[in-house]
Amino acid sequence: MGFLLRRLALLVPVLLVVSFLTFMLMSLREGGPEVNFLGPRAVQDLSICDDPELDLNTQTACEETIAIREELNLDDPLLVRYFSWLGNAIQGDFGDSVITGVPVSQTISERLPTSIALMLYAQFIALAIAIPMGIISAYRANGVVDKSTTGLSFALIAIPSFVLALVLLFFLGVKLDEVLSDRFGWAVDPFPTRYDIDASFSDKAAALFLPALTLGLGLAAVYQRLLRTDLVATLHEDFIFMAKAKGIPARRILFRHALRPSLFSLITVVGIQVGALIGGTIVVEQIFLVPGLGLVITQGIFKFDYQVVQASVLVITFIYVMVNFFVDILYGVLDPRVRHARSAR
Amino acid sequence: MSRKSRAERFADAPGDGALLEVEDVKTYFRTERGTVRAVDGVSFSLERGKTLGIVGESGCGKSVLSRSVMGLLPKQNLIREGSIKFEGSEVANLVQKDMQRFWGTQMSMIFQDPMTSLNPVMKIGNQITESLRYHLDVDKSFARETAVALLASVGIPEPKRRLSEYPHQLSGGMRQRVMIAIALACGPKLLFADEPTTALDVTVQAQILDLLQAQQRERFMGMILVTHDLGVVAGRADDIAVMYAGRIVEKASARTLFTEMRHPYTEALMKSIPKLSDKSHTRLAAIAGRPPDLVGERKGCSFAARCPYAQPRCREEDPTLVDGATLGHQYACFFPVGTPEGREALARNQDALDTTVDATDTTVTPGVG
Amino acid sequence: MRDPRADSSLSESLPSNSLYVESALEMRTDAIVSEVHGASGAPADAIRRRLGFGFWLAASWLVLVTLLAVFGPLLPLDDPKALVGESKESFSTEHWLGTDSLGRDLLSRTVSGARISLIVGFAAVAGGLIVGGTIGLIAGFRRGWFERTSMAGGDILLSFPAVVLALAIVSFRGRDLWDIVLTLFILSVAPILRLTRANSLQWSQREFVQASRVLGAKDSTILRREVLPNVLMPLASLALVGVAIVIVAEGTLAFLGLGIESAFGVADPVSWGKMVLEGSKDLETAPHIAFVPATALFLTVLALNFAGDKIRGHFDVKESAL
Repeated sequence: MGFLLRRLALLVPVLLVVSFLTFMLMSLREGGPEVNFLGPRAVQDLSICDDPELDLNTQTACEETIAIREELNLDDPLLVRYFSWLGNAIQGDFGDSVITGVPVSQTISERLPTSIALMLYAQFIALAIAIPMGIISAYRANGVVDKSTTGLSFALIAIPSFVLALVLLFFLGVKLDEVLSDRFGWAVDPFPTRYDIDASFSDKAAALFLPALTLGLGLAAVYQRLLRTDLVATLHEDFIFMAKAKGIPARRILFRHALRPSLFSLITVVGIQVGALIGGTIVVEQIFLVPGLGLVITQGIFKFDYQVVQASVLVITFIYVMVNFFVDILYGVLDPRVRHARSAR
Repeated sequence: MSRKSRAERFADAPGDGALLEVEDVKTYFRTERGTVRAVDGVSFSLERGKTLGIVGESGCGKSVLSRSVMGLLPKQNLIREGSIKFEGSEVANLVQKDMQRFWGTQMSMIFQDPMTSLNPVMKIGNQITESLRYHLDVDKSFARETAVALLASVGIPEPKRRLSEYPHQLSGGMRQRVMIAIALACGPKLLFADEPTTALDVTVQAQILDLLQAQQRERFMGMILVTHDLGVVAGRADDIAVMYAGRIVEKASARTLFTEMRHPYTEALMKSIPKLSDKSHTRLAAIAGRPPDLVGERKGCSFAARCPYAQPRCREEDPTLVDGATLGHQYACFFPVGTPEGREALARNQDALDTTVDATDTTVTPGVG
Repeated sequence: MRDPRADSSLSESLPSNSLYVESALEMRTDAIVSEVHGASGAPADAIRRRLGFGFWLAASWLVLVTLLAVFGPLLPLDDPKALVGESKESFSTEHWLGTDSLGRDLLSRTVSGARISLIVGFAAVAGGLIVGGTIGLIAGFRRGWFERTSMAGGDILLSFPAVVLALAIVSFRGRDLWDIVLTLFILSVAPILRLTRANSLQWSQREFVQASRVLGAKDSTILRREVLPNVLMPLASLALVGVAIVIVAEGTLAFLGLGIESAFGVADPVSWGKMVLEGSKDLETAPHIAFVPATALFLTVLALNFAGDKIRGHFDVKESAL
């Protein structure tokens, strides 16, 4: 319990600093946050606005700049602005999109579930592939299966997700359809890629399959390598010899004695990989046009919809920090050594 | 085949003859540096209820020998030859699956490091009951009762509570007791104890050794006690085999070995034990040099390079085990300790050394000081 | 089996590449395997693996790409931006790797794209090594408030998912070559910092370093003479993998349409990620337009990962229980 409290106490400053940095993103633009909304029109030096003989253009620019500065409360001290922004954000008020006028929180709550579903789907595929493959290759280390799986994993890790997406799209989305219709006359699309938010669950699952597979294969490679290395190391431990000397069958040793501790390591890495998964999700949503939060961010960047980008970054980072927090807690709950070490500390 | 029939089949195997007979066992590892001859032709036999001590410094192959006899070594890059008879039946060629029937129920093992030899994420109770449930096909509550009795018999206080604890919650000595309980759970006839006290505090070492001895007597088990410390086997082993560079260099009953040792290596080991009769600040006799590299062909006696008795012949010819005066005493040396040949060889080396010292006037540390 | 949290400094260090998470574990395995042999008399450190054929193949590819990137403009290749052929030509003697949808030569474009990838990769990681490496080295050696502060800073940076942070900075900051390098440099500091600190810490507590401390050597001397040389090899191996990660990150940004807009004053430079993006529009009719630069990217990343992996294995850092 003490550990949990300490960890929670650490979480608060991390979230504060992270949200502060996110808040500061707007100010990265040369000329200050107002440039994000007005572009080069923004007046840098407001003292020129006092000049009574201004031309009309400058006058409008002045008015616009002053209006934006007022809306963003730019005349207030930085910390005041930050806390009022954070206060609104906590209440779910991220302001309205400057492009569409739709409340940002509405966009996020509409799009986020799709992204989360995609990520869970990808994790599921990854684990479904990686756990059996990792076990087989560790159990028969340096065998044919091990060498080919491990080599394949190494190659998969080197494929950027956008390349893998194209490869899958090309072979499963394009070539396979061609082969099916040319050879067999089947005008079917086994891997549809059009995602409809109102479709049935199975249609959604089918539409998300290729994006999820893209993400899942990359993750599976990571997990397989990790699990294999960890299991091979575990299988060399003294307590495995001990279990063998007890006369326990090899299969039982593998699953009861070796796999359990290695799965603990895997859980940690699953949490860590969420960061990479989020990045990958943004990419595949763009390629497969999945209407998730990733697409909101990329489109927001193109449309200069800064409120949306800032809010999405905050939400995603918040989720990422929380996932790692819970993985850390979960790890402590599952592994008795850590559990006791933590409660003793 | 059900678990029960498997257990029954081995419940009453033939009782006559030696419990374990090991004939010319060789165990080599293929490595990138070449073939490592970890065990290079070892023979011994062990009677029921007796203890054999195998003594040698680290890297002499004694741990590999015990694992090899038990068939526990990973098959990869392993070359294993020779005959191992357990209760008269050959087990050297059995595949892992068949060996499994012997492990736990017939022969069992205690490892050196109780810190690493217990599964850190499994409750102690489960680690004990696991083999009971598997081999003896008993129900859960019976297995737990047996486990409690076992823990009590190896001197663990509050045995019931320990069942639900994890290894890291126990002290080193307690963990080693748990290991002994696990090894004894299915009533093996042969127990290998591989450096059972090396990782423990000195104060606990004697307790564990006494416990092992008591259990061995009570259960009339054969025990093979592997150690680097002659002091550990003294008074506990019936027979002692001294190993060096993958071979047994001297073998005798404990009494004979301590009174009429013949091999210079045995003598060197003996001298490295501190004695109460020594004055304080007496320097312990260390064995100079390092154990030999076990890779590649051997030429001459492996100990020659570190041996104060070594003669040119020792570097050319490989000595084999010869019988000593007492029955069962064997040693592999051309110039044995305590014989005229040995004394002569030692004197010759001493003379040569003195001349060198005189000539160069430098201090030379003799091989065994 | 181990407590992965013991490796956490390492495993958390690279959210976007797993090779390092497992490298720590592999070191353990090596140590265990050599212990088995070591028990039979072979000194563990004598078992040194050779780098092997694969390493030299990977190194050759990297040298080739580097040479092409440097001397590309001197080669008799078409102008990467000139329309020199028909649209979407396949492989031919005229255009070895075909042409893109506008009829530009894919070979010269791929060669040209190598420059951007390598400049971004090496510049960002070099910056990360100088900043993160120095801070990490001192943090592990000096401990105390400096370590706590710098590690907390690293933790904060690592709290952002890498791609999200990169997108955010790029979208608010601009997309000149050096903006992109700056962004990816910021991303590379924290992982390098963590790894260096873990190594430095571990070596700083070794007897020989403690000994020179006791003998009164100056801290800077100890760092330079005793700690740095030992930290260098794991760092070099990380740097190679880091370059690979940065190259992929740059490609990803470009593919998302947020690539480099100008480099050295020249607008719209060719980059692999951007080429893949352009090619992806013709995936059905002319897949080679996307797959040629994608293959170049893949092989380069593979070679970097492989070389990094081998270097780590070769100078086996196994004693460093990272």
